[in-house]
Amino acid sequence: MATQSITLTINGESRTAEVEDRLLLVHLIRDNCALTGTHIGCDTTHCGACTVLLDGTAVKSCTVFAVQANGREVTTIEGMEGETLHPLQEGFMEEHGLQCGFCTPGMIMSSKHLLDHNPNPTEDEIRWGISGNLCRCTGYQNIVKAVQHASNKLQETTEEGGE
Amino acid sequence: MIPGSFNYHAPSSLDEAIKLLEDLGEDAKILAGGHSLIPMMKLRLAEPDHLVDINGLSDLDYIREDVGVLCIGAMARESALEKSELIAEKYPILKDTSEVIADPLVRNLATVGGNIAHGDPANDHPATMVALDAEVVVRGPGGLLDSGGRTIAIDDFFRGPLMTALAENEILTEIRVPCPNGKSGAAYKKLERKVGDYAIAGAAAVLNFDGDTCSKAGIALTNVGPTPVRASEAQDALVGTSVSQDDADKAGELAAAASQPVGDHRGSEEYKRAVVKVLTSRAIMKAKERAAGGN
Repeated sequence: MATQSITLTINGESRTAEVEDRLLLVHLIRDNCALTGTHIGCDTTHCGACTVLLDGTAVKSCTVFAVQANGREVTTIEGMEGETLHPLQEGFMEEHGLQCGFCTPGMIMSSKHLLDHNPNPTEDEIRWGISGNLCRCTGYQNIVKAVQHASNKLQETTEEGGE
Repeated sequence: MIPGSFNYHAPSSLDEAIKLLEDLGEDAKILAGGHSLIPMMKLRLAEPDHLVDINGLSDLDYIREDVGVLCIGAMARESALEKSELIAEKYPILKDTSEVIADPLVRNLATVGGNIAHGDPANDHPATMVALDAEVVVRGPGGLLDSGGRTIAIDDFFRGPLMTALAENEILTEIRVPCPNGKSGAAYKKLERKVGDYAIAGAAAVLNFDGDTCSKAGIALTNVGPTPVRASEAQDALVGTSVSQDDADKAGELAAAASQPVGDHRGSEEYKRAVVKVLTSRAIMKAKERAAGGN
Protein backbone atom coordinates (compact mmCIF):
# COMPACT_ATOMS: atom_id res chain seq x y z
CA MET A 1 0.00 0.00 0.00
CA ALA A 2 1.62 3.18 -1.21
CA THR A 3 1.41 6.06 1.24
CA GLN A 4 2.80 9.59 1.41
CA SER A 5 3.17 12.11 4.16
CA ILE A 6 1.46 15.33 3.15
CA THR A 7 1.14 18.74 4.74
CA LEU A 8 -1.55 21.14 3.70
CA THR A 9 -3.48 24.07 5.09
CA ILE A 10 -7.20 23.59 5.59
CA ASN A 11 -9.19 26.68 6.56
CA GLY A 12 -5.99 28.36 7.77
CA GLU A 13 -4.88 25.43 9.90
CA SER A 14 -1.79 23.45 8.91
CA ARG A 15 -2.33 19.69 8.93
CA THR A 16 0.00 16.78 8.32
CA ALA A 17 -1.32 13.36 7.42
CA GLU A 18 -0.03 9.99 6.27
CA VAL A 19 -2.34 9.14 3.38
CA GLU A 20 -2.73 6.39 0.83
CA ASP A 21 -1.83 7.66 -2.64
CA ARG A 22 -5.31 6.80 -3.86
CA LEU A 23 -7.13 8.72 -1.11
CA LEU A 24 -9.45 11.32 -2.61
CA LEU A 25 -9.29 14.86 -1.26
CA VAL A 26 -12.95 14.73 -0.20
CA HIS A 27 -12.24 11.70 1.99
CA LEU A 28 -9.24 13.42 3.58
CA ILE A 29 -11.45 16.39 4.40
CA ARG A 30 -14.41 14.39 5.71
CA ASP A 31 -12.82 11.30 7.26
CA ASN A 32 -9.33 12.37 8.35
CA CYS A 33 -10.17 15.95 9.30
CA ALA A 34 -13.80 15.37 10.36
CA LEU A 35 -14.92 18.40 8.33
CA THR A 36 -18.22 16.95 7.18
CA GLY A 37 -19.67 20.16 5.75
CA THR A 38 -18.22 19.12 2.39
CA HIS A 39 -20.67 16.57 0.96
CA ILE A 40 -20.32 13.59 -1.31
CA GLY A 41 -23.24 13.52 -3.73
CA CYS A 42 -22.83 11.71 -7.03
CA ASP A 43 -19.15 10.77 -6.56
CA THR A 44 -18.85 10.95 -10.38
CA THR A 45 -17.74 14.57 -10.99
CA HIS A 46 -21.22 15.77 -11.86
CA CYS A 47 -23.08 17.25 -8.89
CA GLY A 48 -20.61 19.64 -7.25
CA ALA A 49 -21.69 18.85 -3.65
CA CYS A 50 -18.00 18.22 -2.82
CA THR A 51 -16.77 21.61 -4.14
CA VAL A 52 -13.93 23.20 -2.17
CA LEU A 53 -11.39 25.89 -2.95
CA LEU A 54 -7.89 24.65 -3.76
CA ASP A 55 -5.53 27.65 -3.68
CA GLY A 56 -8.61 29.79 -4.24
CA THR A 57 -9.93 27.83 -7.21
CA ALA A 58 -13.22 25.94 -6.96
CA VAL A 59 -12.72 22.22 -7.67
CA LYS A 60 -14.68 19.02 -7.18
CA SER A 61 -12.81 17.34 -4.33
CA CYS A 62 -14.07 13.88 -5.36
CA THR A 63 -11.91 14.23 -8.47
CA VAL A 64 -8.63 15.32 -6.89
CA PHE A 65 -6.28 13.08 -4.94
CA ALA A 66 -5.30 14.20 -1.45
CA VAL A 67 -1.61 13.94 -2.42
CA GLN A 68 -2.23 16.58 -5.09
CA ALA A 69 -3.12 19.05 -2.33
CA ASN A 70 0.26 18.60 -0.65
CA GLY A 71 1.71 22.04 0.20
CA ARG A 72 -1.48 23.79 -0.86
CA GLU A 73 -4.34 25.65 0.72
CA VAL A 74 -7.85 24.22 0.95
CA THR A 75 -10.95 26.15 1.98
CA THR A 76 -14.15 24.32 2.88
CA ILE A 77 -17.57 25.58 3.96
CA GLU A 78 -16.34 25.52 7.56
CA GLY A 79 -13.73 28.10 6.62
CA MET A 80 -16.28 30.62 5.34
CA GLU A 81 -17.56 31.91 8.65
CA GLY A 82 -15.50 34.52 10.47
CA GLU A 83 -16.83 36.34 13.49
CA THR A 84 -20.12 36.55 11.63
CA LEU A 85 -21.58 34.56 8.78
CA HIS A 86 -20.02 35.18 5.37
CA PRO A 87 -22.33 37.29 3.17
CA LEU A 88 -22.92 34.20 1.01
CA GLN A 89 -24.04 32.19 4.03
CA GLU A 90 -26.22 35.10 5.09
CA GLY A 91 -27.63 35.36 1.57
CA PHE A 92 -28.64 31.70 1.50
CA MET A 93 -30.39 32.21 4.85
CA GLU A 94 -32.11 35.49 3.96
CA GLU A 95 -33.22 34.48 0.47
CA HIS A 96 -34.25 30.91 1.28
CA GLY A 97 -31.41 29.61 -0.90
CA LEU A 98 -31.73 26.11 0.49
CA GLN A 99 -34.42 23.52 0.94
CA CYS A 100 -32.83 20.19 1.87
CA GLY A 101 -29.42 21.87 2.08
CA PHE A 102 -27.38 19.04 0.59
CA CYS A 103 -26.00 21.06 -2.34
CA THR A 104 -25.52 24.22 -0.28
CA PRO A 105 -21.85 23.86 0.78
CA GLY A 106 -20.85 23.25 -2.85
CA MET A 107 -23.09 26.06 -4.10
CA ILE A 108 -21.47 28.46 -1.65
CA MET A 109 -17.90 27.44 -2.53
CA SER A 110 -18.58 27.78 -6.28
CA SER A 111 -20.24 31.15 -5.67
CA LYS A 112 -17.23 32.25 -3.61
CA HIS A 113 -14.96 31.49 -6.58
CA LEU A 114 -17.37 33.35 -8.88
CA LEU A 115 -17.57 36.49 -6.70
CA ASP A 116 -13.82 36.52 -6.09
CA HIS A 117 -13.31 36.76 -9.86
CA ASN A 118 -16.43 38.72 -10.76
CA PRO A 119 -17.78 40.77 -7.80
CA ASN A 120 -20.84 42.04 -9.68
CA PRO A 121 -22.10 39.20 -11.85
CA THR A 122 -25.27 39.35 -13.95
CA GLU A 123 -27.98 36.77 -13.36
CA ASP A 124 -26.75 34.86 -16.41
CA GLU A 125 -23.19 34.89 -15.09
CA ILE A 126 -24.37 33.53 -11.73
CA ARG A 127 -26.30 30.74 -13.42
CA TRP A 128 -23.24 29.99 -15.56
CA GLY A 129 -20.99 30.10 -12.49
CA ILE A 130 -23.02 27.52 -10.57
CA SER A 131 -23.72 25.30 -13.60
CA GLY A 132 -21.40 22.65 -12.16
CA ASN A 133 -23.56 22.36 -9.03
CA LEU A 134 -26.84 20.49 -9.04
CA CYS A 135 -29.74 21.23 -6.70
CA ARG A 136 -32.13 18.30 -6.66
CA CYS A 137 -34.77 20.41 -4.91
CA THR A 138 -34.46 22.60 -8.05
CA GLY A 139 -34.28 25.69 -5.88
CA TYR A 140 -32.12 27.61 -8.33
CA GLN A 141 -34.28 30.74 -8.31
CA ASN A 142 -33.51 31.49 -4.67
CA ILE A 143 -29.92 30.31 -4.94
CA VAL A 144 -29.39 32.98 -7.60
CA LYS A 145 -31.03 35.55 -5.31
CA ALA A 146 -28.77 34.44 -2.45
CA VAL A 147 -25.67 35.02 -4.58
CA GLN A 148 -27.03 38.42 -5.65
CA HIS A 149 -27.59 39.26 -1.97
CA ALA A 150 -23.97 38.39 -1.19
CA SER A 151 -22.69 40.31 -4.19
CA ASN A 152 -24.56 43.46 -3.09
CA LYS A 153 -23.46 43.07 0.53
CA LEU A 154 -19.81 42.53 -0.39
CA GLN A 155 -19.81 45.59 -2.65
CA GLU A 156 -21.39 47.74 0.06
CA THR A 157 -18.70 46.58 2.46
CA THR A 158 -15.98 47.37 -0.07
CA GLU A 159 -17.43 50.86 -0.66
CA GLU A 160 -17.71 51.57 3.06
CA GLY A 161 -14.16 50.32 3.54
CA GLY A 162 -12.95 52.70 0.83
CA GLU A 163 -14.41 55.82 2.44
CA MET B 1 -15.96 4.91 -5.13
CA ILE B 2 -12.32 4.24 -4.38
CA PRO B 3 -9.76 3.86 -7.17
CA GLY B 4 -7.42 0.87 -7.21
CA SER B 5 -4.08 1.23 -5.47
CA PHE B 6 -1.26 3.00 -7.29
CA ASN B 7 2.04 4.76 -6.66
CA TYR B 8 1.99 8.52 -7.02
CA HIS B 9 4.93 10.39 -8.57
CA ALA B 10 5.22 14.16 -8.81
CA PRO B 11 8.18 15.03 -11.08
CA SER B 12 9.42 18.61 -11.01
CA SER B 13 10.68 18.71 -14.60
CA LEU B 14 9.67 17.39 -18.00
CA ASP B 15 12.88 15.34 -18.24
CA GLU B 16 12.15 13.75 -14.89
CA ALA B 17 8.60 12.95 -16.01
CA ILE B 18 9.84 11.33 -19.23
CA LYS B 19 12.45 9.34 -17.29
CA LEU B 20 9.69 8.06 -15.01
CA LEU B 21 7.58 7.02 -18.00
CA GLU B 22 10.60 5.26 -19.49
CA ASP B 23 11.32 3.38 -16.27
CA LEU B 24 7.74 2.50 -15.41
CA GLY B 25 6.66 1.54 -18.94
CA GLU B 26 3.08 0.65 -19.73
CA ASP B 27 2.08 0.52 -16.04
CA ALA B 28 2.21 4.31 -15.76
CA LYS B 29 -0.34 6.93 -16.73
CA ILE B 30 0.09 10.69 -16.86
CA LEU B 31 -2.12 12.71 -14.53
CA ALA B 32 -2.87 16.19 -15.92
CA GLY B 33 -6.29 17.69 -15.06
CA GLY B 34 -7.40 14.19 -14.14
CA HIS B 35 -11.03 14.79 -15.01
CA SER B 36 -11.20 11.90 -17.46
CA LEU B 37 -8.63 9.65 -15.77
CA ILE B 38 -9.76 9.87 -12.12
CA PRO B 39 -13.44 9.10 -12.88
CA MET B 40 -12.25 6.12 -14.97
CA MET B 41 -10.06 4.97 -12.08
CA LYS B 42 -12.96 5.28 -9.64
CA LEU B 43 -15.06 3.09 -11.92
CA ARG B 44 -12.05 0.73 -12.21
CA LEU B 45 -12.12 1.17 -15.97
CA ALA B 46 -8.48 2.23 -15.56
CA GLU B 47 -6.18 0.71 -12.95
CA PRO B 48 -2.70 2.10 -13.56
CA ASP B 49 0.05 0.97 -11.16
CA HIS B 50 1.70 4.38 -11.31
CA LEU B 51 0.49 7.94 -11.79
CA VAL B 52 2.93 10.56 -13.01
CA ASP B 53 1.43 13.90 -11.98
CA ILE B 54 2.56 16.68 -14.33
CA ASN B 55 0.61 19.44 -12.54
CA GLY B 56 3.90 20.67 -11.10
CA LEU B 57 5.27 21.40 -14.59
CA SER B 58 4.09 25.01 -14.63
CA ASP B 59 6.34 25.75 -17.62
CA LEU B 60 3.80 23.78 -19.70
CA ASP B 61 1.01 26.14 -18.64
CA TYR B 62 0.83 28.85 -21.31
CA ILE B 63 -1.21 30.24 -24.19
CA ARG B 64 0.89 32.42 -26.48
CA GLU B 65 1.45 33.37 -30.09
CA ASP B 66 4.69 32.66 -31.87
CA VAL B 67 5.43 33.53 -35.49
CA GLY B 68 2.35 32.41 -37.41
CA VAL B 69 1.23 29.96 -34.75
CA LEU B 70 -0.75 29.83 -31.52
CA CYS B 71 1.00 27.65 -28.93
CA ILE B 72 -1.07 26.05 -26.18
CA GLY B 73 1.00 24.36 -23.49
CA ALA B 74 -0.16 20.93 -22.37
CA MET B 75 -1.05 22.16 -18.88
CA ALA B 76 -3.14 25.16 -19.98
CA ARG B 77 -6.49 24.74 -18.24
CA GLU B 78 -9.76 24.91 -20.11
CA SER B 79 -10.76 27.85 -17.88
CA ALA B 80 -7.66 29.77 -19.03
CA LEU B 81 -8.64 29.25 -22.67
CA GLU B 82 -12.19 30.30 -21.87
CA LYS B 83 -11.04 33.55 -20.23
CA SER B 84 -8.12 34.46 -22.51
CA GLU B 85 -8.53 37.76 -24.37
CA LEU B 86 -6.22 36.57 -27.12
CA ILE B 87 -8.45 33.51 -27.66
CA ALA B 88 -11.69 35.53 -27.55
CA GLU B 89 -10.34 38.02 -30.06
CA LYS B 90 -8.46 35.86 -32.56
CA TYR B 91 -9.53 32.26 -31.96
CA PRO B 92 -13.20 32.41 -30.90
CA ILE B 93 -13.70 28.80 -32.05
CA LEU B 94 -11.47 27.71 -29.14
CA LYS B 95 -13.62 29.71 -26.73
CA ASP B 96 -16.73 28.12 -28.30
CA THR B 97 -15.17 24.75 -27.58
CA SER B 98 -13.84 25.33 -24.08
CA GLU B 99 -17.01 26.79 -22.70
CA VAL B 100 -19.13 23.77 -23.66
CA ILE B 101 -16.78 21.24 -22.06
CA ALA B 102 -18.26 19.82 -18.85
CA ASP B 103 -18.88 22.63 -16.31
CA PRO B 104 -16.89 25.54 -14.83
CA LEU B 105 -15.57 23.50 -11.89
CA VAL B 106 -14.27 20.78 -14.18
CA ARG B 107 -12.75 23.38 -16.51
CA ASN B 108 -10.81 24.87 -13.59
CA LEU B 109 -8.64 21.73 -13.61
CA ALA B 110 -9.21 20.04 -16.99
CA THR B 111 -6.48 20.71 -19.54
CA VAL B 112 -6.55 21.22 -23.29
CA GLY B 113 -3.66 18.77 -23.61
CA GLY B 114 -5.52 16.09 -21.70
CA ASN B 115 -8.67 16.62 -23.74
CA ILE B 116 -6.61 15.72 -26.81
CA ALA B 117 -4.17 13.14 -25.41
CA HIS B 118 -7.03 11.11 -23.92
CA GLY B 119 -8.11 10.31 -27.50
CA ASP B 120 -11.80 10.22 -26.64
CA PRO B 121 -13.87 10.98 -29.77
CA ALA B 122 -16.55 12.39 -27.44
CA ASN B 123 -14.17 15.15 -26.32
CA ASP B 124 -14.62 18.50 -28.00
CA HIS B 125 -11.12 19.80 -28.75
CA PRO B 126 -10.16 16.95 -31.08
CA ALA B 127 -12.67 17.95 -33.79
CA THR B 128 -11.83 21.64 -33.38
CA MET B 129 -8.13 20.93 -33.74
CA VAL B 130 -8.73 18.75 -36.83
CA ALA B 131 -10.74 21.55 -38.45
CA LEU B 132 -7.95 24.02 -37.56
CA ASP B 133 -5.19 21.76 -38.99
CA ALA B 134 -3.35 21.85 -35.66
CA GLU B 135 -0.15 19.99 -34.81
CA VAL B 136 0.65 18.13 -31.63
CA VAL B 137 4.16 18.46 -30.17
CA VAL B 138 5.32 15.50 -28.08
CA ARG B 139 8.48 14.79 -26.11
CA GLY B 140 10.00 11.43 -25.38
CA PRO B 141 13.41 10.11 -24.32
CA GLY B 142 16.32 11.36 -26.40
CA GLY B 143 19.86 12.72 -26.30
CA LEU B 144 20.77 16.30 -25.56
CA LEU B 145 21.03 17.32 -29.19
CA ASP B 146 17.91 15.48 -30.22
CA SER B 147 15.66 16.27 -27.30
CA GLY B 148 13.28 13.51 -28.28
CA GLY B 149 10.74 15.94 -29.65
CA ARG B 150 8.53 15.32 -32.62
CA THR B 151 5.53 16.97 -34.16
CA ILE B 152 2.49 15.00 -35.22
CA ALA B 153 -0.05 16.34 -37.72
CA ILE B 154 -3.49 16.24 -36.12
CA ASP B 155 -4.84 13.94 -38.86
CA ASP B 156 -2.24 11.34 -37.84
CA PHE B 157 -2.77 11.69 -34.10
CA PHE B 158 -6.09 9.96 -33.39
CA ARG B 159 -5.96 6.23 -34.09
CA GLY B 160 -9.18 4.92 -32.52
CA PRO B 161 -11.27 5.25 -29.36
CA LEU B 162 -8.83 6.27 -26.57
CA MET B 163 -5.94 5.44 -28.91
CA THR B 164 -3.46 8.01 -30.18
CA ALA B 165 -0.07 8.17 -31.87
CA LEU B 166 1.58 8.88 -28.49
CA ALA B 167 4.10 6.23 -27.44
CA GLU B 168 4.06 5.01 -23.83
CA ASN B 169 7.12 7.06 -22.96
CA GLU B 170 5.99 10.25 -24.66
CA ILE B 171 4.23 13.31 -23.26
CA LEU B 172 2.11 15.71 -25.25
CA THR B 173 3.74 19.07 -24.50
CA GLU B 174 2.10 21.55 -26.84
CA ILE B 175 -0.67 22.05 -29.37
CA ARG B 176 0.13 24.35 -32.28
CA VAL B 177 -2.66 26.08 -34.17
CA PRO B 178 -1.91 28.09 -37.34
CA CYS B 179 -2.71 31.80 -36.91
CA PRO B 180 -5.73 32.97 -38.91
CA ASN B 181 -4.51 34.17 -42.28
CA GLY B 182 -6.34 36.85 -44.29
CA LYS B 183 -10.12 36.79 -44.30
CA SER B 184 -11.14 33.82 -42.22
CA GLY B 185 -13.55 32.68 -39.53
CA ALA B 186 -14.23 29.61 -37.45
CA ALA B 187 -16.89 28.27 -35.09
CA TYR B 188 -17.83 25.20 -33.05
CA LYS B 189 -21.40 24.05 -32.41
CA LYS B 190 -22.35 21.30 -29.99
CA LEU B 191 -25.66 19.77 -28.95
CA GLU B 192 -25.72 18.31 -25.44
CA ARG B 193 -28.59 16.90 -23.40
CA LYS B 194 -27.69 18.99 -20.36
CA VAL B 195 -24.84 21.18 -19.14
CA GLY B 196 -21.69 19.14 -18.83
CA ASP B 197 -22.69 16.19 -20.94
CA TYR B 198 -20.71 14.82 -23.83
CA ALA B 199 -21.95 15.87 -27.23
CA ILE B 200 -24.86 14.16 -28.97
CA ALA B 201 -22.81 15.53 -31.86
CA GLY B 202 -20.59 18.53 -32.48
CA ALA B 203 -19.32 20.31 -35.58
CA ALA B 204 -16.30 22.56 -36.10
CA ALA B 205 -15.97 24.76 -39.18
CA VAL B 206 -12.97 26.84 -40.29
CA LEU B 207 -13.30 28.94 -43.45
CA ASN B 208 -10.79 31.01 -45.43
CA PHE B 209 -11.94 33.44 -48.08
CA ASP B 210 -10.40 35.05 -51.12
CA GLY B 211 -12.69 38.06 -51.51
CA ASP B 212 -16.17 36.56 -51.28
CA THR B 213 -15.12 33.10 -52.41
CA CYS B 214 -14.21 30.32 -50.00
CA SER B 215 -10.60 29.31 -50.69
CA LYS B 216 -10.17 26.70 -47.95
CA ALA B 217 -12.47 24.89 -45.53
CA GLY B 218 -11.92 22.65 -42.52
CA ILE B 219 -14.91 20.68 -41.21
CA ALA B 220 -14.66 18.11 -38.39
CA LEU B 221 -17.16 16.32 -36.17
CA THR B 222 -17.37 15.28 -32.50
CA ASN B 223 -18.67 11.97 -31.12
CA VAL B 224 -19.92 10.48 -34.36
CA GLY B 225 -17.13 8.00 -35.03
CA PRO B 226 -14.24 6.12 -33.41
CA THR B 227 -12.10 9.27 -33.78
CA PRO B 228 -12.95 12.88 -34.63
CA VAL B 229 -14.24 12.74 -38.21
CA ARG B 230 -12.88 15.07 -40.89
CA ALA B 231 -15.67 15.68 -43.40
CA SER B 232 -13.50 16.02 -46.52
CA GLU B 233 -16.36 16.02 -49.04
CA ALA B 234 -18.09 18.80 -47.13
CA GLN B 235 -14.83 20.80 -47.15
CA ASP B 236 -14.36 20.31 -50.91
CA ALA B 237 -17.95 21.27 -51.62
CA LEU B 238 -17.51 24.65 -49.92
CA VAL B 239 -14.32 25.67 -51.72
CA GLY B 240 -15.08 27.95 -54.68
CA THR B 241 -18.53 28.92 -53.38
CA SER B 242 -19.69 32.12 -51.68
CA VAL B 243 -20.91 29.94 -48.75
CA SER B 244 -24.59 30.74 -49.13
CA GLN B 245 -27.11 29.11 -46.79
CA ASP B 246 -27.73 26.52 -49.52
CA ASP B 247 -23.99 25.78 -49.78
CA ALA B 248 -23.80 25.36 -45.98
CA ASP B 249 -26.82 23.04 -45.95
CA LYS B 250 -25.31 20.97 -48.75
CA ALA B 251 -22.04 20.70 -46.81
CA GLY B 252 -24.10 19.70 -43.77
CA GLU B 253 -25.62 16.84 -45.74
CA LEU B 254 -22.16 15.70 -46.87
CA ALA B 255 -20.89 15.88 -43.28
CA ALA B 256 -23.86 13.79 -42.11
CA ALA B 257 -22.99 11.23 -44.78
CA ALA B 258 -19.35 11.18 -43.62
CA SER B 259 -20.30 10.72 -39.96
CA GLN B 260 -20.39 7.22 -38.45
CA PRO B 261 -22.66 7.60 -35.42
CA VAL B 262 -23.76 4.66 -33.29
CA GLY B 263 -27.22 4.70 -31.75
CA ASP B 264 -27.15 4.90 -27.93
CA HIS B 265 -28.87 6.67 -25.03
CA ARG B 266 -28.04 10.02 -26.66
CA GLY B 267 -30.09 9.17 -29.76
CA SER B 268 -30.46 6.91 -32.76
CA GLU B 269 -28.04 6.84 -35.64
CA GLU B 270 -30.59 8.61 -37.82
CA TYR B 271 -31.16 11.36 -35.25
CA LYS B 272 -27.44 11.95 -34.79
CA ARG B 273 -26.93 12.28 -38.55
CA ALA B 274 -29.73 14.85 -38.63
CA VAL B 275 -28.01 16.72 -35.77
CA VAL B 276 -24.66 16.64 -37.63
CA LYS B 277 -26.32 18.11 -40.71
CA VAL B 278 -27.86 21.01 -38.81
CA LEU B 279 -24.84 21.73 -36.56
CA THR B 280 -22.43 21.66 -39.49
CA SER B 281 -24.54 24.12 -41.42
CA ARG B 282 -24.83 26.41 -38.37
CA ALA B 283 -21.08 26.24 -37.64
CA ILE B 284 -20.35 27.13 -41.28
CA MET B 285 -22.70 30.13 -41.26
CA LYS B 286 -21.25 31.33 -37.94
CA ALA B 287 -17.71 30.96 -39.32
CA LYS B 288 -18.74 33.00 -42.37
CA GLU B 289 -20.24 35.70 -40.14
CA ARG B 290 -17.02 35.89 -38.15
CA ALA B 291 -14.92 36.03 -41.32
CA ALA B 292 -16.99 39.10 -42.27
CA GLY B 293 -16.01 40.74 -38.98
CA GLY B 294 -18.84 39.58 -36.76
CA ASN B 295 -18.40 37.85 -33.45
